[in-house]
Amino acid sequence: MTTNQFMFLLFSAVIVIFSLLTVTSRRILRAATFLLFVLVSTSGMYFLLRFNFLAAIQLTLYAGGIVVLIIFSILLTSHINEKLSIPPLTKRIYAAIAALAGAILCIVTILQTEFVQKVFDPTRVHIRTIGEGMLSTGKYGYALPFEVISVLLLAAMIGSIILAKKRKD
Amino acid sequence: MFEGVPIHWFLVLSTTMFFIGIYGFLVRKNLITMLMSIELILNSVCINFLAFNKILFPEHLEGMFFTLFIIAVAAAEASVAIAIIINIYRRLVNIDVEKMNEMKY
Amino acid sequence: MIDFSYTIWILLIPLIVFVVTGLTGNRFKPIVTGIIGTTGLGVVFLLSVFTAYKYFFVLDKVDGAFQRLLALNFTWLHLTDKLHIDIGVLLDPISVMMLIVISTVSFMVHIYSLGYMKGEKGFARFFSILSLFSFSMLGLVIATNIFQMYIFWELVGVSSFLLIGFYYERDSAVAASKKAFIVTRFADLGFLIGILVLSYTTGTFDFITLTGPNSPAFTSGQGIMFLGMSTMTWSMLFIFMGGAGKSAMFPLHIWLPDAMEGPTPVSALIHAATMVVAGVYLVARMFPIFHHQESALEIVAWVGGFTSLFAAVIACTQYDIKRVLAYSTMSQIGMMMLALGVSGYGGEDGLGYMASMFHLFTHAFFKALLFLGAGAIIHAVHSNYMNEMGGLRKYLPITHATFLIACLAIAGIPPFAGFFSKDEILVAVFHHNKILFAMAYLVAGMTAFYMFRLYFNVFWGKDQHYHHTPHEAPATMTIPLIILAIGSTFAGFIPFTKLVTSDSQPFETNTEWGIAIPAVFIALVGIGIATMLYMKKSETSKKISIALGGFYIAAFNKFYIDQVYLFITKKILFNLVSRPIAWFDRHIVDGAMNQIAFVTNVASDKIKGFQSGQLQQYALAFVSGVIGLALLFTYLWTN
Repeated sequence: MTTNQFMFLLFSAVIVIFSLLTVTSRRILRAATFLLFVLVSTSGMYFLLRFNFLAAIQLTLYAGGIVVLIIFSILLTSHINEKLSIPPLTKRIYAAIAALAGAILCIVTILQTEFVQKVFDPTRVHIRTIGEGMLSTGKYGYALPFEVISVLLLAAMIGSIILAKKRKD
Repeated sequence: MFEGVPIHWFLVLSTTMFFIGIYGFLVRKNLITMLMSIELILNSVCINFLAFNKILFPEHLEGMFFTLFIIAVAAAEASVAIAIIINIYRRLVNIDVEKMNEMKY
Repeated sequence: MIDFSYTIWILLIPLIVFVVTGLTGNRFKPIVTGIIGTTGLGVVFLLSVFTAYKYFFVLDKVDGAFQRLLALNFTWLHLTDKLHIDIGVLLDPISVMMLIVISTVSFMVHIYSLGYMKGEKGFARFFSILSLFSFSMLGLVIATNIFQMYIFWELVGVSSFLLIGFYYERDSAVAASKKAFIVTRFADLGFLIGILVLSYTTGTFDFITLTGPNSPAFTSGQGIMFLGMSTMTWSMLFIFMGGAGKSAMFPLHIWLPDAMEGPTPVSALIHAATMVVAGVYLVARMFPIFHHQESALEIVAWVGGFTSLFAAVIACTQYDIKRVLAYSTMSQIGMMMLALGVSGYGGEDGLGYMASMFHLFTHAFFKALLFLGAGAIIHAVHSNYMNEMGGLRKYLPITHATFLIACLAIAGIPPFAGFFSKDEILVAVFHHNKILFAMAYLVAGMTAFYMFRLYFNVFWGKDQHYHHTPHEAPATMTIPLIILAIGSTFAGFIPFTKLVTSDSQPFETNTEWGIAIPAVFIALVGIGIATMLYMKKSETSKKISIALGGFYIAAFNKFYIDQVYLFITKKILFNLVSRPIAWFDRHIVDGAMNQIAFVTNVASDKIKGFQSGQLQQYALAFVSGVIGLALLFTYLWTN
């Protein structure tokens, strides 16, 4: 077993286990913490794939930003000791059947598919390449989505402020 | 080939993660936990993109940029969603998705 | 060429008056509405007289005949190049004559109503509908084509319906108005069928084309026979059915006596002088075509003759003075139809046509006068029944005098108007068919009898106990009586042979003393019998009626025609046709609809549960759907 394989399996195990815990834990703050583990392992997966910049972003933005945001809102809306009620059995069965069916369908399809896999390029993606890609307008340039995303973020920011603001009425 | 880890592994992992997220979305009543399920789904997609990019098409960075944008959109989405959740909480004093059915027939 | 296009105002003025008074009726004092209506009709009257003067005396004749003028014509509905419906003003001798009749009588009735209807609740409504009626009737007579005529024909029916049901709080008035409307509507169905058949075979609605010398109606529609008569004959019979309905010809007459539920001026205007002669006018208007269809014309003659006799018999037995007058009207209209039915076409042969129009003209005067006089009597004694009256000549001198003139006129005593026209009719009938002549002769005698029975019963004999001393009607009511009395006296001297003839060519005719003298004689006999029986109250009349036995009772009950209709409609039609249809409609048609609605309702009740407002159910459905589609496309639908 190579190091890669080992690391992959390790991260996979963490991701799967903590994902399951995230969606089943009855304490909401714990669920958020488990989500954090999942996100961190995902970031590890990015490192494994040599996307160091993205992995860093994943850590800072997801783990540092979104999870903190979620935890804040949990603290705003729930009691720390409150336990979530167990969903009705029928609901769980239906959801499990749907999820399992989907998963099996996808996995079977994946395993049946032959992929043309290239030789692995272990070099890291250079920040400069990313920057140029972001601002390039040519082929494989992403200036327009970049601008659109920036507008989207601005709009989301303003929208969130307006939504969360206390109304007078 | 990525030193003993074929792409199928990544895909199976991301599929598993994706459907765990789906399961969570379907069973969890609390809006915030549903939001967390959505984050799981998004992450599984990111892994997929990156695996495809690195293993199948390493000469360009399309998957990476997509992931970047997904993360940005996820951030925006999370902030708006949480604003909405807080707003709902202010009105209904809970954030149980089953209680939000005023718009039905 | 004289411009007649102003004649459109004869139509428009009553329409404008109707709209204005109909909309503002309750804002003004009632009398204001009355004056507006009367003034409007006055203007129409003057215009009509002016038009008649210009038409008959100023306008040049073509080949010695009066022209048929399209004073105004425009296409109203352009459906195809061939099928279009026009609206316009047609001037020819009979339409101009009808303008005079209608506007005169209507004007008189308007003035009269100012007094008669005073203080009634629906005074403004009455006048506005009266204007509507005048508009429709004038539009009917100046119609340029049969479709326009049909439109106004129906409008006349509607206004008649509204006026009969004027006292809509009275059940009998409501029933009478419904009856009049339904019966005439039924007849108009025939009229419409006739119009459609006629215009389909000839390809035109236009009167000038249809009744001109080269009419397509003379040539087309002859080949196809049905029950031994050609298409054109059938279409004429259907059209005559419409006319018979409006003119209360047997067996469609049942509505007219009941229509007397309306206010008396309405009876005078609509149910004596104008609307009920619309059928005669219709036959006269289509006369060249009728004349070409011998069998149709023969039926017109026999229906007219029979109705005339039939109604005269009933009139002799009735006690309600308005009903007597109503049956008398039927009888006289029957005479007009009879005259038309026996008439030939052109010159002397067209004597019957001329006589019919002549009688229509004079009859309008004296019958309107009789009705208005009856109105004055009813106004004075508050009763319709002649056996509750008597000795009124002392209290109502003007009414008495004018009523007597009208009675003499209708009885056919020279020199009053009725003598001349009735004489011409008798002459025309005599030359055509002796049996019909005998009937008409008998009717002439009976007319004199029942009119003087009425006259003596009302004005002579002993006083009855009245609620208050009867008093003469106000001037607004007596002036029209006097004017109409003058008309009834002198209308007979108008030389109709010079003015209104079948082919518009004037012709000479001499009074045939061989017929005129016996006619006067039988009228005098009728008057004599009436004088004997009714001048003094005596028991003789009762004895005679008892002696007549069953026949008298049958006549008194109007020969049970109403009962026959009721039996046919209620027992046969309702039970055999309407009820099964109603059952089918209620259970099969409605049932199917209800079932559909019920199933939809139940289904939607079930389905609406899907839209539960539960986000996660939606998501579950969505995911299942996606998986289902994925399965479908990966395993089942792979090509």
